[in-house]
Amino acid sequence: MLPLQILIDGFAISSLYALGAIGFTLIFGVSGVLNLAHGGVMLVAALMGWMLAGEAGLGTYLGTLLGIVCGMLAAYITYLMVVRPIQRSAAIPREEKEIFVLTGTLLWGIMIQQGMAYLFTDNPITMRPLIDGVMNLAGVRVPFNEIMIAGVCWVVIGLLWLFVNRTRAGKALLAASMNPRGLTLLGFELSRIYLLAWTLYGVLAGIAGVLLASFLGVSTNNTGQLTASAFSIVVLGGLGSVSGSLMAAYVVGYLETVTAYLIAPTLRPLPALLLLVLVVYVRPQGFLGRR
Amino acid sequence: MSKCKTWRLHCFMATGAIATGLTCMGAAHAAGEPIKLGVISEESSVAGASISKSAQMAADEINAHGGVDGRQIQIVAYDDHSSASDGVRAFQRAANQDKVVAIIGSYISEVALAMEPWSARLKMPFITPGAASNEISKRVHDDYDRYKYTFHGWMTSAFIAQSICDFSHDILVGQLKMKTTVVMSEDAAWTKPLDERFLECLPKAGLQVLDHIRFNPDTSDFTPIFNQIEAKHPDTITTGISHVGVQPTVQWHDQQVPIPMTGQSSQATTTSFWKDTNGATEGVITASAAAPGVAVTPKTVPFVDGYQKKFGVSPAYDGFTSYDLVYILADAIHRNQGSTDPDKMVDALEKTDYVGTIGRWQFYGKNDQFTHALKYGPGYIQGINLQWQNGKQVAIWPQSIANAKVKFPAFVKLQQAAAK
Repeated sequence: MLPLQILIDGFAISSLYALGAIGFTLIFGVSGVLNLAHGGVMLVAALMGWMLAGEAGLGTYLGTLLGIVCGMLAAYITYLMVVRPIQRSAAIPREEKEIFVLTGTLLWGIMIQQGMAYLFTDNPITMRPLIDGVMNLAGVRVPFNEIMIAGVCWVVIGLLWLFVNRTRAGKALLAASMNPRGLTLLGFELSRIYLLAWTLYGVLAGIAGVLLASFLGVSTNNTGQLTASAFSIVVLGGLGSVSGSLMAAYVVGYLETVTAYLIAPTLRPLPALLLLVLVVYVRPQGFLGRR
Repeated sequence: MSKCKTWRLHCFMATGAIATGLTCMGAAHAAGEPIKLGVISEESSVAGASISKSAQMAADEINAHGGVDGRQIQIVAYDDHSSASDGVRAFQRAANQDKVVAIIGSYISEVALAMEPWSARLKMPFITPGAASNEISKRVHDDYDRYKYTFHGWMTSAFIAQSICDFSHDILVGQLKMKTTVVMSEDAAWTKPLDERFLECLPKAGLQVLDHIRFNPDTSDFTPIFNQIEAKHPDTITTGISHVGVQPTVQWHDQQVPIPMTGQSSQATTTSFWKDTNGATEGVITASAAAPGVAVTPKTVPFVDGYQKKFGVSPAYDGFTSYDLVYILADAIHRNQGSTDPDKMVDALEKTDYVGTIGRWQFYGKNDQFTHALKYGPGYIQGINLQWQNGKQVAIWPQSIANAKVKFPAFVKLQQAAAK
């Protein structure tokens, strides 16, 4: 009974982690940006989705969809108003651009967090489950919503895989993460590729945000933790490697779940962090790191 | 008299007249000077936002009726961002720069405890309208001369626990024949004395405590915790939560945990909680100061209605106390004939006997265990227990003001005891 409970609970939370982490690693892999406003983007999607569903009375489904759109908008604003101006700025020396972008996104993330807290308070919000009720899976009581979330995550990951490996635009994306200069020599517009990457990122982070809100709830206080969690998963899996992130998300998700159930809920984040320290020490490029 | 002497006499008299005139003007000016009250609270949290709003509402009412002996009350508000260091900075600024005469501050025990030593150092009367830790009044008891400027304007954790035990005895054991419980609280300063008293008084009330869980306030996934609790098959879960509220409640509902939640859930005391949890709070029971529509005293309902009309939501539990505290401070200044000298304020506050929105306010004295804490008990302040039913908070205890019977959602199984 307990092992099955752990298996199911761990699967759901790992899938959510995976979705968030893949978006994060995509942006790093393609455009070299460590987006520390990641938690902020997820937060905007969750909060706007909640507000549109409830306060504006649009209902759960429409609210969720619009929440994802808002996540995309937040990603665009992050790229167009924070990241790109710094990358194109003539005043900043080339070697220091990455640090400036990092700091810029960090500050932007804090601005989002505080701005949202001012507008919505720091109370956690939850979105109504898309499907109500529980089912009995071999003696374990599982909410339908949890199963659906895991399902949605995998459908999205599957679609992403298809896109990257089977479509021209997706392959260009992959190529941009390997050799941007080579790509420009072949006549591809890098700026369009980046825009595509950020669009995908916005969708992924937006979905992760609204699903998290419906599964566990989201508060402005979680923002930093969400970024840190995505960051550590991505480092564990190897910066820039999507399959690495996927693997690492499941490792972290299950480590946390097992700890929460078998040891103590309070110690939940600890093993993953210890693993991170170990991996950075023994194999710094992560599980499947490329860069 | 020579011309010289006359001139000097005139000068002397003129100076005397001017001096007297200036002094009179000065005194008249002081009589009209506003009384500044500092209010430090957590504006971005639901409970914290109630504090400053209620205080302002009380000040506006008092001023509309002529103020305190002609002097207007001016609320100077600060946001402490739920941070002890910000709270302390605000406290220092209020005392040293803005020259307030008293401070109403915070509902978070950690923040209130950080501000308390500054109340002692700066000799600034300080009352917390919502923090609960026993430590606050314990310090006053242990070192009265230093800490006497601090007052505890809410029930101490010990009394909150006692109130819940009394409710459990009357309703859970008496009516619903429950026998066992698991205590589930967040690991925070206010829950340490709360849990201590729970473990002591719940068995006396008739509920055996099967397990005691303290979780990290940053927890967002409560599934393992509910799992652990369910495995013990208790009749009820006695909660002690304030920092968290939405997430455990929503997850309790979504996972259809078949055990009722009682105890203290501070966030569930605000009417916006129904919306925040999308109705998942149906059936949750919590201790509180008061509930909409429930007349604990003749002042309760008018206050709630007025607050609701002005701000669109009903006040959190610390809104009731902040409102009463402004009146109490005004009354203390009035009894001192307008003096705001700190030691005189302390004397006047100790003699408080005021019927507010949540009951009759009196403070314990120097020789009582919880010096300067609210007097607890029937006839004084006891709190109520309310339950969420169909989108509304109804009072279910004490019997004298209860307006509904206990009713649980369908997935809650009142099994164990009833079945036996």
